[in-house]
Amino acid sequence: MLGVLSRKACSISVLDRSPWTIRHALPVSTRNYSTATKEMTVRDALNSALDEEMSADSRVFMIGEEVGEYQGAYKISKGLLDKYGPDRVRDTPITEAGFAGIAVGAAYHGLRPVVEFMTFNFSMQAIDHIVNSAAKMNYMSAGEISVPIVFRGPNGAAAGVSSQHSQCYGAWYGSIPGLKVLTPYSSEDARGLLKSAIRDPDPVVFLENELLYGESFPVTEEVMDSSFCVPIGKAKIEREGKDVTIVTFSKMVGYSLKAAELLSKEGISAEVINLRSIRPLDRDTINASVRKTNRLVTVEEGFPQHGIGAEICASVVEESFEYLDAAVERIAGADVPTPYAVNLERMAVPQIEDIVRAAKRACYRSVSMAVAA
Amino acid sequence: MESFSVANLAVVPQPAATFFDRPCSFLTGSHLKAPFRSITKSNSPISSSAIPKPIRAVFSEVVAAGSNLGCQQEMITREEGLIIYEDMILGRTFEDMCAQMYYRGKMFGFVHLYNGQEAVSTGFIKLLKQQDCVVSTYRDHVHALSKGVTARSVMAELFGKATGCCRGQGGSMHMFSKEFNMLGGFAFIGEGIPVATGAAFTSKYKREVLKEPCDDVTLAFFGDGTCNNGQFFECLNMAVLWKLPIVFVVENNLWAIGMSHLRSTSDPEIWKKGAAFGMPGVHVDGMDVLKVREVAKEAISRARRGDGPTLVECETYRFRGHSLADPDELRNPDEKAHYAARDPIVAFKKYLIEKNLAKESDLKSIEKKIDELIDDAVEFAEASPVPPRSQLLENVFADPKGFGIGPDGKYRCEDPGFTQGTAQV
Repeated sequence: MLGVLSRKACSISVLDRSPWTIRHALPVSTRNYSTATKEMTVRDALNSALDEEMSADSRVFMIGEEVGEYQGAYKISKGLLDKYGPDRVRDTPITEAGFAGIAVGAAYHGLRPVVEFMTFNFSMQAIDHIVNSAAKMNYMSAGEISVPIVFRGPNGAAAGVSSQHSQCYGAWYGSIPGLKVLTPYSSEDARGLLKSAIRDPDPVVFLENELLYGESFPVTEEVMDSSFCVPIGKAKIEREGKDVTIVTFSKMVGYSLKAAELLSKEGISAEVINLRSIRPLDRDTINASVRKTNRLVTVEEGFPQHGIGAEICASVVEESFEYLDAAVERIAGADVPTPYAVNLERMAVPQIEDIVRAAKRACYRSVSMAVAA
Repeated sequence: MESFSVANLAVVPQPAATFFDRPCSFLTGSHLKAPFRSITKSNSPISSSAIPKPIRAVFSEVVAAGSNLGCQQEMITREEGLIIYEDMILGRTFEDMCAQMYYRGKMFGFVHLYNGQEAVSTGFIKLLKQQDCVVSTYRDHVHALSKGVTARSVMAELFGKATGCCRGQGGSMHMFSKEFNMLGGFAFIGEGIPVATGAAFTSKYKREVLKEPCDDVTLAFFGDGTCNNGQFFECLNMAVLWKLPIVFVVENNLWAIGMSHLRSTSDPEIWKKGAAFGMPGVHVDGMDVLKVREVAKEAISRARRGDGPTLVECETYRFRGHSLADPDELRNPDEKAHYAARDPIVAFKKYLIEKNLAKESDLKSIEKKIDELIDDAVEFAEASPVPPRSQLLENVFADPKGFGIGPDGKYRCEDPGFTQGTAQV
């Protein structure tokens, strides 16, 4: 139901399905008119999405620390202050609870704020407003007051920033009814999902990744179109396969694709699903894929207990139990606060080898469960 | 020398008529262009009969002209002077070495340097005993060093080695030391203030409930940006309410990353905010280590006596950017030059020499000694081992047996397979 609402709110018609679906709907032809693809970094994708949405709707404004004069702590809002002025790109004092609360109040009353948290770790200071004032409001007021707000910022581990700056909040926010939680991977995801999020009438938590900001991805003409939106609640199959399903999101999609390359050399064809949306979780796509491949590996950066992998595994066991040929495998970050030292940090976050190992285990290619080479 | 009159403050202090009664020029920032006149303020009680004489501190133009620093009489002995100088040089040299090492790739992540603010750290921390606590923010290397944590262990921590003060698990922003009562090192600003207030609470609790002789004082260091955060105000209230032995030290360096203090604060005079809660608020020139030390002496002894907290705003400046990743484009070069001319180390060196408390050669030998100390620290850090694999799962709990039993029924962190890299994490 939420998916339907979001599609209605997203003022798109032709692009109502993911670009992937559309490409398959077109007749296969050797003459391809829109082959020109350019590369775009995730940072530029986010910037362009913000720019376009702010120019399309003057109720949209940005609020957060260093978003204006500093051009954004990670330069995501570069140039927006000059274009839209200090009233719409607002620098705040350092008080997450305060400015997140102010933004929620503004959203109650008709504006469409985009709140930037310098990292989602700082959102813990504002979590009361995200959960209690924003997420639960539409329900508590029985639809009287909706909260069209977007909370965005980098999430998860970066490089060498230690435990207080490295936590992944997907699982925490993903468990709250009333919130939509999005996790883009590529530039296309970033652009499309951010535009959908800003147009969405519900509170959206938009979890980016600092290490992805500088990565370039090819983008097609339709992605650059100003009404391009990616529907919320729909996962994307990044790579098709038939032996094992790897379900993941954000930076781990890149790792999983590389792992899939390595696996294909060993004869295992892995299907990589980019969730794009943690809440609502696209259970249909996941289950359809598992029913095809019969094996599941979930990959995430966050802590293992009560993580997103746990929910995916539960969903698959509940709905596709008879189709499973192997136990579900969960790859998650180590169950420790992220350490600072380089070698410890590498062990605390999943690496490509871990994904390869888990996929092999699921395919019974390794010797035993307890000892993994 | 008349003691600084913080002790005589009534609960509702009234500021004496001063420079700050000209709000317009202050708020528009025009004061930043003029040499900043800083006065160690005394808030006189309402009754005018016993107005303590405010200490007229020296105008910054005078300092720039190179004459009298501090008050008329000698405030420190030669030994104290040398200790102060050495501590400030240690802080400066260490931070400069950090920058070098960062650009060589030995350190990573977020590194926030303290250049320019040494007077505050030295002025306050050198008056503390080992049992007194210090709580800081991510800009904590120099606080740790002043408190007594060795340069070797701080450098090794920054390199991420097992010999660091937190065994490589904390990093630049998380310097902790039980031995020297350095309680951190926090990444979130404002996070340290309640923690410091709690340490002060413990001190009072030990004295009053546990009946132990305890007059430990806590210092909370934080910046101007933090003073807009709710936790700051909450703790000011509780510290006064319960009369806790704490000193809140605001290192007002006018910038929070790229956000100017004047743009983000409705009333930029932070020292005034103490009065709203009933605690004395003092403004001091944080580029002058002797003035800071005077104010610190009084504030710390106030806390030790049990008279409650003090809010001290130190006007200071960071010569480098917010962190080593900050391009530092927003700060006016004139402002930077103005404060660079007031370098606390240069000024103090001049003072020592002019007052004949030390010779040029003494100070040179101190500088040399510190250079050698830092080089030794770097070598030590380089040569130290990285943390072993088995350390990943350690220290999650103080009681490690609660952490998790592995598939073979033994404690996971003791699994030899883990150390060899063959166990499943």
